[in-house]
Amino acid sequence: MNLYSQIWNNKVRTFLTFVLFSLLTFAFFAVVGQMVGFRSNAYIIVSIVFTLGSAFTSYFFSDKMVLASVGAKIATKAEYFNLYTVCENLTMAAGMPMPKVYVMQDDAPNAFATGRNPKNAVVCVSTGLLAIMDRSELEGVIAHELSHIKNYDILLSTVVGAMAGVISTITNQLMWITSFGGINNDEENNNSPFAIIGYIVALLLIPAVLFLVQMAISRRREYQADASGALITRYPEGLARALEKLQRNTIASPIATAGNAHLFISDPFKRNRKFISWAQNLLSTHPPLEDRIRILRGL
Amino acid sequence: MSPVLIILAVIVVLALYVIGIYNTLIVLKNRIAEALSSIGIQLKRKVDLIPNLIETVKGYASHEKSVFEGVTKARTAVMSATEKGDIGAELAANNQLTGALKTLFAVAEAYPDLKANISFLDLQQQLTDTEDKIAYSRQFFNSNVLEYNAKVQMFPNNLLVGLFGFKAEKYFETTDEEQKNVKVQF
Repeated sequence: MNLYSQIWNNKVRTFLTFVLFSLLTFAFFAVVGQMVGFRSNAYIIVSIVFTLGSAFTSYFFSDKMVLASVGAKIATKAEYFNLYTVCENLTMAAGMPMPKVYVMQDDAPNAFATGRNPKNAVVCVSTGLLAIMDRSELEGVIAHELSHIKNYDILLSTVVGAMAGVISTITNQLMWITSFGGINNDEENNNSPFAIIGYIVALLLIPAVLFLVQMAISRRREYQADASGALITRYPEGLARALEKLQRNTIASPIATAGNAHLFISDPFKRNRKFISWAQNLLSTHPPLEDRIRILRGL
Repeated sequence: MSPVLIILAVIVVLALYVIGIYNTLIVLKNRIAEALSSIGIQLKRKVDLIPNLIETVKGYASHEKSVFEGVTKARTAVMSATEKGDIGAELAANNQLTGALKTLFAVAEAYPDLKANISFLDLQQQLTDTEDKIAYSRQFFNSNVLEYNAKVQMFPNNLLVGLFGFKAEKYFETTDEEQKNVKVQF
């Protein structure tokens, strides 16, 4: 798959995510509407407004929300000379605009990119990463992140992340409402089929969809970003060494959540790979680091 | 459809094709020119850093005259190539300058006070960064040339481009010495 078909593919998937999201929110409002005993179709309007609002917000502001959720601060050239100039140099080599550069206070080494297109993009690294990487390893990591930006992976992953956040919020709401048996307790539709269906949907379907979407967007793209990053630096060994350092790291990140884990360069939860079953592997957001290192060394 | 119409249609399609090729090549050529000027900007930056560096080192090691002369000479060579507007010669002179700077930094190793000097460390860092920038802007130039040359040499474009005076461009090759050290570290 070349760069242009990959960009197209990411845009289509983003659109499909919006569609899937709209259907889910619509279903949610339909269920809630029935449960609270709305006899009108007001919930259709509510769900449309809600969906459009969320879509708009996630398209334009999801990068800011992610940055706020990890508490990142903008990096200046004076304070973070290596980080800033590495970004400057690699964007020069790749012929793309300079992204905004952020640093998050976190001892766990990690990095991610976010934004909606190369002109509105952000690269963010943790203080833990800066502490352990030398300049050529940092170049490897940043080139990987810049490839995510160039390929529009960031559009898909940030939008999916934001939608995932919204869906998990409404899932919680749904479970809360159904566990109290609906608002109109004294009526006999207390245990109506809608409440039960709503509960099952909330409990099983939505998280499953989320996991599958997250998995689909992240794993093959990591290999691709590794390869195109190596094309920018012309030095695959830099990233390979950086990934080795990430592999040796044992600090789990306190600021990673299920909603942003798929953004990071390596799995922030530090799951123990030895005991991973095939099912867990199916649900993990990142390919194993040892595979990525092996492929980079083979380039 | 009459034969005249068919011939007309063929001519229109061909004309559109030629216009398309011409415009694409103009865009690519301008990108090459821009990439070329960014190499020049980085070389200029490097040249500008050197007087400060020499002043700083002189404060600690004023008797290492031959080293300063070597660096100054190489710097002048880069600047005179710049005036001629020949980036190829500029890059060749830059390789000399990089070599002279390596000697300078090797000499600096012998002066612990100098190595602890903040402005020396800062200049060293800036030079390493500028060296990277030169390498990366050259890489960007070469990848633009690659794209342009592929368009110029591909069939049937190769039959047309001569008419408009488009020629394949040259790459800035790296020297053997540079290929050995992928990263220049002072």
